[in-house]
Amino acid sequence: MSRVSPLSQATLSLSRARHGLAPWARIAGLAVCALLTLGPVVWTVSTSLRTPAEAFDLPPRLIPSNPSTEAYRGVFDQIDVWLLALNSTLVTGLVAVGQMITAGLAGYAFARLEFRFKKPLFGLVLATMMVPLQVTIVPVFLVLKSMSLTDTLLGLIIPAFPTAFGTFLMRQYFLGMPKDLGEAAMLDGAGPWRTFRSVYAPLAAPGLAIVGVLAFNYHWNEFFRPLILETSGQNYTLPLGLVSLQGNLGTGSISVVLAGVVLSMIPAVAVFVVGQRPLREGITSVGVNR
Amino acid sequence: MTNTRIPAARAARSSAAPAQDAPRPSARDRGSRLLATLFLAPTIVGIVVFTVVPIVGSVVLSLFHWNVIDSPRYAGLSNYGEVFGDETVLVSFRNTLVFMVLAVALQLLVALALALTLNGRMPVWLRSVFRSAFFFPLVLSAASISVVMKYLFNQDFGVINWLLGFVGIAPVPWLTSQNAAMATVVLVYVWQQFGFSFLLFVGGLNNIPKEIHEAAALDGATGLRKHLTVTLPLLSPTLLVASVVGIINALQVFEQPYVLTNGGPGDSTRTVVMVIYERAFEQLRFGEASAVGVLLFVLIMAVTALQFRLSRRFVHYQ
Repeated sequence: MSRVSPLSQATLSLSRARHGLAPWARIAGLAVCALLTLGPVVWTVSTSLRTPAEAFDLPPRLIPSNPSTEAYRGVFDQIDVWLLALNSTLVTGLVAVGQMITAGLAGYAFARLEFRFKKPLFGLVLATMMVPLQVTIVPVFLVLKSMSLTDTLLGLIIPAFPTAFGTFLMRQYFLGMPKDLGEAAMLDGAGPWRTFRSVYAPLAAPGLAIVGVLAFNYHWNEFFRPLILETSGQNYTLPLGLVSLQGNLGTGSISVVLAGVVLSMIPAVAVFVVGQRPLREGITSVGVNR
Repeated sequence: MTNTRIPAARAARSSAAPAQDAPRPSARDRGSRLLATLFLAPTIVGIVVFTVVPIVGSVVLSLFHWNVIDSPRYAGLSNYGEVFGDETVLVSFRNTLVFMVLAVALQLLVALALALTLNGRMPVWLRSVFRSAFFFPLVLSAASISVVMKYLFNQDFGVINWLLGFVGIAPVPWLTSQNAAMATVVLVYVWQQFGFSFLLFVGGLNNIPKEIHEAAALDGATGLRKHLTVTLPLLSPTLLVASVVGIINALQVFEQPYVLTNGGPGDSTRTVVMVIYERAFEQLRFGEASAVGVLLFVLIMAVTALQFRLSRRFVHYQ
């Protein structure tokens, strides 16, 4: 090995020189792509800091000539940002916590408890992971209507509690923990509940973080269900409020709309910064599990 | 007497001991079963009420005419007949399939190219900066981003046409011409979604042992050829997953066309999920909407099954 490695290194660098892209070219290419990816976001932020009158000016300066928060005041004047943010926070927060609970409990049951119909029940959970919400939305709407939950925030929250994917993820997570821990606790006389509560549950935090962060990311940005379920403005969530703001204003106050978009992005960006690792792991595991 | 009593008591005790032990595991089993029932109830009940019942409900509803106000009338398969004879529905299926092919192909291509490029040698911090940049759009709301993109792609005052002006390209009617509108929806969708496939590919590439690359290099495989003959076959399970998930997601596209073009101009960007939404919640034709939903479901299942079948030939598991 010690002979092969330097040799292969030499071959690699030789081959790079002949065929591969030079490192600087690769990095430059990636930098251009990163710029294209972040460009629209940067433009959104900088345009939101212009006065509504200057919003259409070209060239779009990265730093506005005279930055102004007029657009932000405009958003607060034209829509009830606090109400929208409160609704979004309630829905997203409760769904995230609810999913961590349901997925944690069900995942643990599938991983570590013995009971009848385990296989078919788990099969049911797996099968529903493939069912897109958009396809079943009409009957879901009718079920909620029969429960008088349409046009309420609870109508967004309750159906989102069960999560097939989160259950699967937590099952894998609990399966990855050593079985000896639970057996030792059992020998010490702990019942199934104590074993769960004091041995396994405290170890589940990183897995639950993945479920929570994914739920936050999805439901904070969710548009389709709120659009269908919430008909009165007082129950709108942020994305719904912003799209309707843009619709009402037409193309007139672009910087006001963009200020709203920036405000709604803040929590998502915060989660991206703080929870990037669980977020990445979660997104990647969506693929690995299928 | 006392002598015989003690062994008897001992015997009784020793025979009781296993008898006491025997019900303990079963008590534990019962406890375990009870706990399992409690733990599973929220998830299973929720899945049954909000997924299983609605699936069955979709099929049943698709056999009825119903506008929610009057009582439903049995319609046999006539909803399906209407749907198949409806130009808008047919166009929406065609649009969705065209969208799926373009969006998934572009998404996989961009993601793969970036992941392979990122896999080369570079400082660790730079790599993590790039990785974060590429998946950042994933955390934003598709609806809000579409609002932003609507301004950027505006024909008259949009930044994109302004930039294209520098290279002498006349203003493109991104959102207002039939051909360009679909391309715009694809671009906006891919801009937000490619990070997902990108992350999958980065993970897949990390799982390929370094020695394989070294061996390939020793055998003289370099650059693009090395990728085609060595990297791609090893990455094929990840490619399968990325394309399956990509296709399922693309077939459900809604936010981007709804906000960017509202299905227009004409019906040129109207997708199947938009038709479901309009039929049910704007026109109150729940039976027809359900029939379209069932057809979309069948389409998704068929495409996925086909993909797994094809993949048996092309995917190499290590």
